[in-house]
Amino acid sequence: MTTAPRHTGAAGAPVPVGEAVPAGEPVTADTAARLTGLVRALRGHGLRIGPAETVDAAAVLDVLGFTDRERIRAGLAAALLRSDGQRAVFDATFDLFFPLGVGTPEAVRADPPPVPEDPEPPRFGRPDPLRDDLRDRLAAALAADDRAAQARLAGEVMEAFGRYGAGGTPGSDGWSAQQALGRLSPETLLARILTALRRPGAPTDLSDLVLADEVRRRIRDFRALVTTEARRRVAELRGPERIAERAVAPTADRIDFLYAGRDQLAELRRTVHPLARKLATRLAARRRRAARGHIDLRRTLRRSLTTGGVPLRPAYRLRRPARPELVLLCDVSGSVAGFADFTMLLVQAMSEQFSKVRVFAFVNRTAEVTDLLRSGDDPARLAARILTGAKVTGYHGNSDYGSALGGFADHHLDAVGPRTCVLVLGDARNNHRDPNVDALRRIAGRARRVFWLNPEQPSLWTTGDSAALAYAAVVEMHPCRNARRLGELITRLLPV
Amino acid sequence: MGSDGTTANGTGFFDSVTDAADRLAATGYLASTAVATTVFLADRLGKPLLVEGPAGVGKTELAKALAALGQARLVRLQCYEGIDEARALYEWNHAKQLLRITAGRDEGWEEARGDIFGEEFLLTRPLLTAIRGEEPTVLLIDEMDKADVEVEALLLEVLSDFQVTVPELGTITATRRPFVLLTSNATRELSEALRRRCLFLHLDYPDAELERRIVRLKVPGLDDTLAESLVRIVGALRAMELRKAPSVAETIDWARTLLALGADTLDEAVVRDTLGVVLKHQDDIRKAAQKLTPA
Repeated sequence: MTTAPRHTGAAGAPVPVGEAVPAGEPVTADTAARLTGLVRALRGHGLRIGPAETVDAAAVLDVLGFTDRERIRAGLAAALLRSDGQRAVFDATFDLFFPLGVGTPEAVRADPPPVPEDPEPPRFGRPDPLRDDLRDRLAAALAADDRAAQARLAGEVMEAFGRYGAGGTPGSDGWSAQQALGRLSPETLLARILTALRRPGAPTDLSDLVLADEVRRRIRDFRALVTTEARRRVAELRGPERIAERAVAPTADRIDFLYAGRDQLAELRRTVHPLARKLATRLAARRRRAARGHIDLRRTLRRSLTTGGVPLRPAYRLRRPARPELVLLCDVSGSVAGFADFTMLLVQAMSEQFSKVRVFAFVNRTAEVTDLLRSGDDPARLAARILTGAKVTGYHGNSDYGSALGGFADHHLDAVGPRTCVLVLGDARNNHRDPNVDALRRIAGRARRVFWLNPEQPSLWTTGDSAALAYAAVVEMHPCRNARRLGELITRLLPV
Repeated sequence: MGSDGTTANGTGFFDSVTDAADRLAATGYLASTAVATTVFLADRLGKPLLVEGPAGVGKTELAKALAALGQARLVRLQCYEGIDEARALYEWNHAKQLLRITAGRDEGWEEARGDIFGEEFLLTRPLLTAIRGEEPTVLLIDEMDKADVEVEALLLEVLSDFQVTVPELGTITATRRPFVLLTSNATRELSEALRRRCLFLHLDYPDAELERRIVRLKVPGLDDTLAESLVRIVGALRAMELRKAPSVAETIDWARTLLALGADTLDEAVVRDTLGVVLKHQDDIRKAAQKLTPA
């Protein structure tokens, strides 16, 4: 989009906003390019945004003008987004394409902080007046919960500590939030802020109990500010498209189970209940359709005798409303624990959709953990509870699918019946032991359906110690790398 | 801000974002920047507004506030499982049609047919009522996610073109566009087609500052420091992993309870006795009580 006239949206279609004089500046070629860049980056993150939405967004810019950035953010979000889960991606991408400013933040430029006399990065133990000054001011800003001061400090911190590789070859320099935050270490301010804020004497008012959490949250928000600032500065060097592609975290339902960090897993856990509700309605819809049933020819003909052989009232073969039983067999070893956790919680949240849910966990021995899954206990500590509370390991701590499946087939096969659907979760990385395919065959022989959900992509199934292909020959194996895929598989595969 | 060129399509309630925020506040609805901006845009661009968010953050209240400030008629369609065309759009008054046919015993079929499918025998339901109104109207389609998927298809014509087609009468187009607000608790995914026709607003829990102002506005008798502690504790509860996080409605309920009890600080006993007002699950109450016990 280089020569877009005013009121021209993404696809070159005229924006339906009438002949109004726009509120702020007109939607110029530059803005149109910015907007289409933003839309393209969002599409790259899996958001479905059509030309119609882009045109709406252009109309939004036209109506709002460019006076208030937060209003533009809210307006574009209203036009482009379709669910709340997309918000984090949108915010980060918006910051790249509609940056707060160019170069050093304006507030810092207008009123520059004192320049350190000694620009050398100080070695351990040497006094560092610049750092101390920033920390003092940050502590004050955090204690007062002053957002404006924090935003300004984020700019200053980035300016002072974030730069690396300056003066080197082009392309090797940049801005690092990691480096800046490492120098500043805002976490260590917690105790200081708390002593400043706490009222003397024993706490009478219970809100003081949550003070530490509040301050921690503020520090976390400040870290996010610095990260955003770093992304903005890097985007100036490398262009926003590349940064949007790489440095913006994916939406929760597209987080890869195998590479999710602690925070991302917590984010995933928060999506369990909404997702369970959605899947439940989808299953209910399938069940409704299935319950309609087919024409029962014998009964229709029998009925037609009363109307002289004309089948006026067709009879349907009604299905008994029976819900399937579900058995979950999960590898809970470190490598795939995130995947197993999430799926166990999801299935637990959906438990009313099944007549019975039993959950078994293994590393190299199988144990039933259905009771450990009861809601009410902290879901974040589920993995720890299973590892300590159930006997899932034998003499060593490595995964062994062969003996785990064998153990299940020997001791728990009564859990599986002709109405049971078995889901096996794991990467099938067997540490080169015997895969014991026969045990899986015995389970599959008794169950109604058996599915294997593998968090690895199919191209990895043939590599290393993976026994995936051996198992895939016996049961249906599906790759399942993120929550979105898991949701699709559950609604599609499970019998209703 | 701007001229009137774009208001031809819109409902023309507001002049600017600031105006929207101020007038919403005047009716007792304190709006965040996002809410004020989105409401203004929906008004100006003449698009329906889909509001999603947890229960009790003021989705329905927003529609009521809009109706109050625009001095508009509020037409409400409460969705439920099994709602259909006859409940949402229009229905023919069969009983009256039968009476008309019986009364005009001697006339021909042509006359009778022309007559019984006239305006007189049409029972308008919320969607048609909102479309046909001459006065400013706010159409609230509440809890859209409760309705079946088929109803969404019914809404598409109304939402994109503001018209309703009645086969016997032809197409009825809105002379004055209503301000359309759809709410959803996200218990199921609304179809892409419906979402595409709307502006989207996720109404989340307000930030601490806004919530304090809301409490002060709704429960004016409550002591300021107490209101502040209350909002902070509710904020902390929301940060926990609870089955049902407390919403603004619960915050206000709690504030009213404290006022009624005449409490002046939030000490352990008061919180223990009143936690049931904010949290609705036994598990949550136990978890929160654990958190709020002084070490």
